[in-house]
Amino acid sequence: MSVRTLPLLFLNLGGEMLYILDQRLRAQNIPGDKARKVLNDIISTMFNRKFMEELFKPQELYSKKALRTVYDRLAHASIMRLNQASMDKLYDLMTMAFKYQVLLCPRPRDVLLVTFNHLDAIKGFIQDSPTILHQVDETFRQLTETYGGLSAGEFQMIRQTLLSFFQDLHIRVSIFLKDRVQNSNGRFVLPVSGPVPWGTEVPGLIRMFNRKGEEVRKAEFKHGGNYVAAPKEGSFELYGDRVLKLGTNMYSVNRPVETHMSGASKNLASQTQESIAPNPLAKEELNLLARLMGGMEIKKPSGPEPGFRLNLFTTDEEEEQAALTRPEELSYEVINIQATQDQQRNEELAQIMGEFEVMDQPRRITSKGDDLLAMMDEL
Amino acid sequence: MFRRERSIPLRGSAAALCNNLSVLQQRNLTHFGVVHGPSAQLLSAAPEGVPLAQRQLHAKEGAGMYESDGSVMVYWHALDSGDASLVQAVFARGIAASGHFICVELLTPDTSHRHCHEPAQGQLLSAAEDTFVHIWKLSRSPESGYIEVEHCHGACVPDTQVCGARFCDPSGSSFAVTGYDLAEILRFSSM
Repeated sequence: MSVRTLPLLFLNLGGEMLYILDQRLRAQNIPGDKARKVLNDIISTMFNRKFMEELFKPQELYSKKALRTVYDRLAHASIMRLNQASMDKLYDLMTMAFKYQVLLCPRPRDVLLVTFNHLDAIKGFIQDSPTILHQVDETFRQLTETYGGLSAGEFQMIRQTLLSFFQDLHIRVSIFLKDRVQNSNGRFVLPVSGPVPWGTEVPGLIRMFNRKGEEVRKAEFKHGGNYVAAPKEGSFELYGDRVLKLGTNMYSVNRPVETHMSGASKNLASQTQESIAPNPLAKEELNLLARLMGGMEIKKPSGPEPGFRLNLFTTDEEEEQAALTRPEELSYEVINIQATQDQQRNEELAQIMGEFEVMDQPRRITSKGDDLLAMMDEL
Repeated sequence: MFRRERSIPLRGSAAALCNNLSVLQQRNLTHFGVVHGPSAQLLSAAPEGVPLAQRQLHAKEGAGMYESDGSVMVYWHALDSGDASLVQAVFARGIAASGHFICVELLTPDTSHRHCHEPAQGQLLSAAEDTFVHIWKLSRSPESGYIEVEHCHGACVPDTQVCGARFCDPSGSSFAVTGYDLAEILRFSSM
């Protein structure tokens, strides 16, 4: 598995989250200035310098639990609140969207273009904030530096790592079902027509070469697909036509955000294995979470900017109903970290985290990760 | 021409790894090996694809020996996976029979090709993530002496990113296919 996958996973999922939140903020008629503030706060937290530094270090993917917790915190980085049911739905949509994008990338390298599509759109959300724009451009630069020189094989490893993360997720999404990119069994439609990946030929020709490398014979065959040549390559520059549509915003006010929960995977084997296997990375994940929490200002809802609740469903009743009927195998186990109310508490937490990094602990700890997780739960 | 036969259900879906299918024909039993994620599955089937036994193995690099129905692990030889930071994908590279035992070999992939060759018939089976499986015939031209390739048959496995394809018998008259996220082994046989 590739140790360079996490930045791509985080940024693309984050991008999808912003598309969905933007659509719901408009659908719920949240005043423009409040909506802009929410998106600005979330984007600013997402592209926080220290956080990005941590993210780009070569490392294994975080567990689903830890990643879900990160997005939980990210969604609450501003004056907006989400109930558990809405947060669950948001995460379902984010993950299925990016799974679809990874699966349909023509070349493994195209996942970088998908990422750039998300960043291009994010810059559109924060046009009026030069500081945050600079943070995003800085991340662009970091992406180019990290991924620009990777081979096709290394991108294939990244792709396999991502697909492994998304294995067995078959949540049905209304907008995908309507557009016929997803079947009613939750599986995505893989087209067998259209342009071939950039740099490849349309299949249907066999060429035979002699020992000297000279072509001696040609034969055509019926491939079965209906492919055409690729028109042009997407741009990997800071600005440019990405050509690929994957990763662009598919939501709009007229295309609401819905999910069906009944198309869930019946395969529980993989889920159980994830939750009972000891997580040797828990310590690293919590370090990241501590940094994220340290970098976030906690907004007091009663202050000058009163908070509000965003609903991912059309009515409160629907949201309640969703919470009650969510299938067991789809419950996200979020690491239980109490939202701290003041800066001092935050600093205490960061200090505790720091203390645990020192190796000379007197008592036997079987797993530092488990110990930290237990400590976090007690807060 | 090939037609779809009855699929064999798997406990876990196939992972998106290269060559993620091993097949061994032993008398009238067929044994399959598929990597799910942190585990690999070894299953045995009777003719017509009737599943008989299925077993989950923890996917570590190495080779193991099992009773011929896959029920009991008799011996495991682990390979040193070297640098722990270079975690790589494992896949079931091979299944072989030795007397009453079945040996499963799990290794890291060093190639992204997905093909399987049946020397008896000169047939080659290839599969790719574009959902297509193709059967080719390799031969040597009597005049020029050059190797020639002829396309025999192509089959689309709808909406499936194929990650493993193997012939199931020495004559190449049947083959099996696995796909990413698919919890079954698809079987095809010639008409």
